[in-house]
Amino acid sequence: MRTITYRDALREAIREEMLRDERVFILGEDIAGYGGTYAVTKGLFEEFGEKRVRDTPLAEEVITGAAIGAALGGLRPILELMTINFSLLATDLIVNSAAKLHYMFGGQPQLPLVIRTPGGGGAQRGAQHSQMFESWYAHIPGLKVVMPGTPYDVKGMFKSAVRDPDPVLFIEHELLYNVKGEVPDEDVEYTVPLNLAEVKRPGREVTIITFSRMLHLSLQAADDLSKEGIEAEVIDLRSIRPIDIDLIVDSVKKTNRVVIAEEGWKYYGTGQGLAALIYEHAFDHMDAPIQHVTGADVPMPYSKALERAALPRKSDIIEAVKAIVPAALVRG
Amino acid sequence: MVISNATALAGLTRTELLEMHYKMALMRRFEEKSAEEYTRGKIGGFMHLYIGQEAVGVGCITTLRPSDKILCSYREHGHALAKGMEPGAVMAELFGKITGCSKGKGGSMHMWSNELGILGGNGIVAAQMPIAAGVALAAQYLGEDSVTACFFGDGAVDEGAFHESLNLASIWKLPVVYVCENNQYSMGMAVHKAWAIDSLLPRAAAYNMPGEQIDGMDVISVYESMKRAVEHARSGQGPTLLEIKTYRFRGHSMTDPSYYRTREEEHQWRTTRDPIGIFEKKLLDHGLVTQAEFDNNDTRAIQVSEDAAEFADNSPDPSPEELYTDVMVDNSTALTYRYERK
Repeated sequence: MRTITYRDALREAIREEMLRDERVFILGEDIAGYGGTYAVTKGLFEEFGEKRVRDTPLAEEVITGAAIGAALGGLRPILELMTINFSLLATDLIVNSAAKLHYMFGGQPQLPLVIRTPGGGGAQRGAQHSQMFESWYAHIPGLKVVMPGTPYDVKGMFKSAVRDPDPVLFIEHELLYNVKGEVPDEDVEYTVPLNLAEVKRPGREVTIITFSRMLHLSLQAADDLSKEGIEAEVIDLRSIRPIDIDLIVDSVKKTNRVVIAEEGWKYYGTGQGLAALIYEHAFDHMDAPIQHVTGADVPMPYSKALERAALPRKSDIIEAVKAIVPAALVRG
Repeated sequence: MVISNATALAGLTRTELLEMHYKMALMRRFEEKSAEEYTRGKIGGFMHLYIGQEAVGVGCITTLRPSDKILCSYREHGHALAKGMEPGAVMAELFGKITGCSKGKGGSMHMWSNELGILGGNGIVAAQMPIAAGVALAAQYLGEDSVTACFFGDGAVDEGAFHESLNLASIWKLPVVYVCENNQYSMGMAVHKAWAIDSLLPRAAAYNMPGEQIDGMDVISVYESMKRAVEHARSGQGPTLLEIKTYRFRGHSMTDPSYYRTREEEHQWRTTRDPIGIFEKKLLDHGLVTQAEFDNNDTRAIQVSEDAAEFADNSPDPSPEELYTDVMVDNSTALTYRYERK
């Protein structure tokens, strides 16, 4: 095992898949000469050349369509959309074509396509550059939407995504790129499946369900709670679609309490959809209403003070847990 | 009368010319049959007929090899037939039957065949244009010499995807031919009201690629221009933009009463600019075929269309299980399948 950053783990995954399969190539805005807006693709152009590491014009619609077409033509494209905020310019191609072609044409076309794109707030990038749109895409049958939160998972899941026969929206978080974690040595081949959540910390009194950057705040919150005698189980969804409801229900049967912690807006999003699924599948095991920690229901402000107030904090998770864990359960 | 089968017109043999005529007749008769079945309630949803535009599909697709790919918009029944799809598979798709080329899951706008290189109609105006660039990119990347032909209407020109696609195809010299079937109306919007300029030639020039404006009622002119464009693409020289001027003889879709144009205008086109009539006259004037051969083609086209409808009508609906197949390649990873079918 080594300790490397999320960014480096992701770059290793891209590189190893490109070495493994000639049909894998990457295209996107400023990924070659510039090295990637978040430096994820740094060095790949120098190693693989312009055929396989392709800078594109700032034209999200056509580059997304071109990635779809290249997949139809027998390649395995990796498309980098500079941020998920810009993916809205390509939403038609993602929703109306990538998600539909396999079904609409009776299973004939396959789209082994990965769209990588970072989202999220916390870097004072303001209202148009700090958003979480996984709920929008996870609403669509025909897509896979994954959001790994650790270096280990990002590498293993990216490899699975490239090898997957369906279109995968691979959503990163710009504040995760510098997060470090343990990853197997470079000569150790491993993958992480795209459809399974994982218990990142076992617990008893409450289940915190989270993903992406909020995983780290949730784990910190669980550490703090442990000192107060509350053992929180932390589940990292990793995949938003498909969602691993089985693991969640198993956990709820044990803890009988749920806090959902996500960075995105509260209404009509991932957390609310998940809450409905939990009530549907585990209502009889619930001892308290689900608590929901989210970002503030506002466009993201620029001011550091306001942005901090808009983003969910560790203390919000701790408060949500304490709201539903009765004192009698706390083991001193 | 004995007529030689040597190269007769535009480098085409008599047999090839007669086959082109048959395909135009088939498109016409097939669409007439489709309209009839739509009126009978056998076909639902949207349906857009190709009648009047036959010279474009046949002229262009005749230049293609089996390994070449086509991408279309709606009004693509004709393109699918020209590229070799069984009429029964097209008609069954219109009927929504399991024997349709897309198992009845697509409908009028969505014909597909991997084997024949028919990569669908797309129901979103101009969405096929970026995808076509990608299909062409794959061929270029893999070192294959196949060409992608992308058909779209004059309405697609107004979309951003048109411009983004031409630019990308040009800078990457992609082996793609962008074929605008300018039938003069995007639904009801007249092209002279929608376009800032009355020709695509300056737009081709703006994206640094060859452009041609063609009489789309003359199948031979279409064939010759498309042949140049396909050779240009196949030889690695990049894309071409063709503007083929045509006219749809019917409404935009089956439910369009055509308030936006006059009956006189339609009458004028149908009676003086019918692409099948123009082609027949040209072949007769050159002494290449006889009226009896045209009549044979037409009789055959009517029969094939009748047979296609009978095949579609007698085919079963998709089974209820088909609702949940094909969402994902590995359907156990589809959400609905997992939680509602388990």
